Amino acid sequence: MSHSRVSLRIRRPWRLAAEATALIVAAVVAFPLYWMVLSAFKPEGEIQSTEPRPWTTAPSLDSFRRVFQQEDFGRYFLNSLFVAAVVVVASALIAFLAATAVARFRFRFRTTLLIMFLVAQMVPIEALTIPLFFLMRDLGESVPGIGLNTLGSLILPHIAFSLPFAIWMLRGFVKAVPEALEEAAYLDGASRSRFLWQILFPLVFPGLVATSVFSFISTWNDFLFAKSFIISATENSTLPMALLVFFKAEGNDWGGIMAASTVMTIPVLIFFVLVQRRLVSGLGGAVKD
Amino acid sequence: MSSGTAQHARRAPAKVRRSRPGPVVPAGGRTRRGSRRGGWTPWLYLAPALVVLGGLLVYPIYQLGLISFLEYTQAQVSGGEPTTFQGFANYAELFGDGEFWNVVVATLLFAAVCVISTLAVGCALAVLLTRVRAIPRLALMLAALGAWATPAVTGSTVWVFLFDADFGPVNKILVWFGLSGFENYSWTYDRYSAFALVLFEVVWCSFPFVMVTVYAGIKAIPTEVLEAAALDGASTWRIWRTIMAPMLRPILVVVTIQSIIWDFKVFTQIYVMTDGGGIARQNMVLNVYAYQKAFASSQYSLGSAIGVVMLLILLVVTLVYLRLLRRQGEEL
Repeated sequence: MSHSRVSLRIRRPWRLAAEATALIVAAVVAFPLYWMVLSAFKPEGEIQSTEPRPWTTAPSLDSFRRVFQQEDFGRYFLNSLFVAAVVVVASALIAFLAATAVARFRFRFRTTLLIMFLVAQMVPIEALTIPLFFLMRDLGESVPGIGLNTLGSLILPHIAFSLPFAIWMLRGFVKAVPEALEEAAYLDGASRSRFLWQILFPLVFPGLVATSVFSFISTWNDFLFAKSFIISATENSTLPMALLVFFKAEGNDWGGIMAASTVMTIPVLIFFVLVQRRLVSGLGGAVKD
Repeated sequence: MSSGTAQHARRAPAKVRRSRPGPVVPAGGRTRRGSRRGGWTPWLYLAPALVVLGGLLVYPIYQLGLISFLEYTQAQVSGGEPTTFQGFANYAELFGDGEFWNVVVATLLFAAVCVISTLAVGCALAVLLTRVRAIPRLALMLAALGAWATPAVTGSTVWVFLFDADFGPVNKILVWFGLSGFENYSWTYDRYSAFALVLFEVVWCSFPFVMVTVYAGIKAIPTEVLEAAALDGASTWRIWRTIMAPMLRPILVVVTIQSIIWDFKVFTQIYVMTDGGGIARQNMVLNVYAYQKAFASSQYSLGSAIGVVMLLILLVVTLVYLRLLRRQGEEL
């Protein structure tokens, strides 16, 4: 993909115009993020100024201090991280097994299952908030730790909702592993589970990373479930909910909101930069011949 | 989403040849046909996924349908009152409510505008990316990656702040350009400007997916084909129409359907940016409407009925998607 480059001859002034446009668009797209970080570092007075300036002469950590000391943001951060980590690992493992089943075996109902996974991707998870609310309430009565007001009530639904897409996407990666390799492994006396974990798993790992990006982001971003399922136990709240604390009737604490937003966005940005190549090639895999 | 899908659409011919069962097996072909079947092994591998999906997706869907036919309010949830079967009464109440139809129309129109804008911006920028050298390309890619990575909640708060009537820079910039009407203009006060504000945020955070995917698609088109066409004197428009568009179609289908699905269920942006549905609920979409009905006013049956309507609308989208895949000869 990278070596075949579309380079129709373009005349010089057009190319320069295109490049100028690209740079301007990049600046506009990046501006909200710049403004977020800038406002997080601005001292209180500058944020409340009705003449906002695109720079600050006196950067301060006051907003961050307020976020972490007054609102116990660290706790919410760890909650979010824990939920996302469990969802990513659990759904990756479960999806790997399922993708192997549908990609490397032929069995009855295989096509039916695949269509069901596809349909499941389209289910608007938001529409299921009400039954899930009652399900979590009932589960919580018999199984402590996964009922309402616990992190389990956020983890379980997100595993379920990341699975169909993860299976569908991983299927391609599992299929791409040559069958000759599998046959060679069996000829060499490897057992099925040995092939699965020691040969197939490492080979499919890049695909798992690409898939995990999506499950991580959807979990990290979740607002609706956190809002609906964590009712009274605010200590089990996650970042998106904690952010709303700074919206106040008597005037929003914009410095706090922007500092909290920065703290919430940075991990995702780091994660994105780390997996960026895998992600782009994973998406590129969708079109590569 | 199915980035993996298009992959197989392209690979389909080879796959079909390889895995078609039947007596015609090429010499030296499959030696382990029997073990490919694997007996119970595939079901063993599928078990965890099926348990999770059955418990947390299939069962809740059944419950959703069930609740939508019951009387289910605070009295039943915590008051211990018996639930009664209502038949289609909840739906009748919903469909008889003018506000519901307003919300449906608003949801469909808003989603349509979001999808079209996202696709237009994403595709235009993907084409732009192929026309520039490394540094502008990297700059745009990084900026897009940043927007993509931003969580919906933080993106929403930042955009609200950018457009804040008193402290936001956008109004100042507009005034500086001579549009003095934007002096302390409140974007969330008016219905359409509030929807526009949400639209900007939605396009901002979802065009990168379209851009990156379409860009990857354009790059996958062999250069020789395009050069040959150019040498034969084909115009840019002609090259686009007869070579690039058909080759990009599978990708365009994927990103379009994906955008429809995302934009139809926008919740966070509306909820955060318009403070729960806007002034006098002017910015309600189905999702927020269902949430408000169920959790704010404890009318769980009505909320569930709205959920069922959403489910049905997206089911239609899914069926269209499946048909399109089939037509492309996708082997499942």
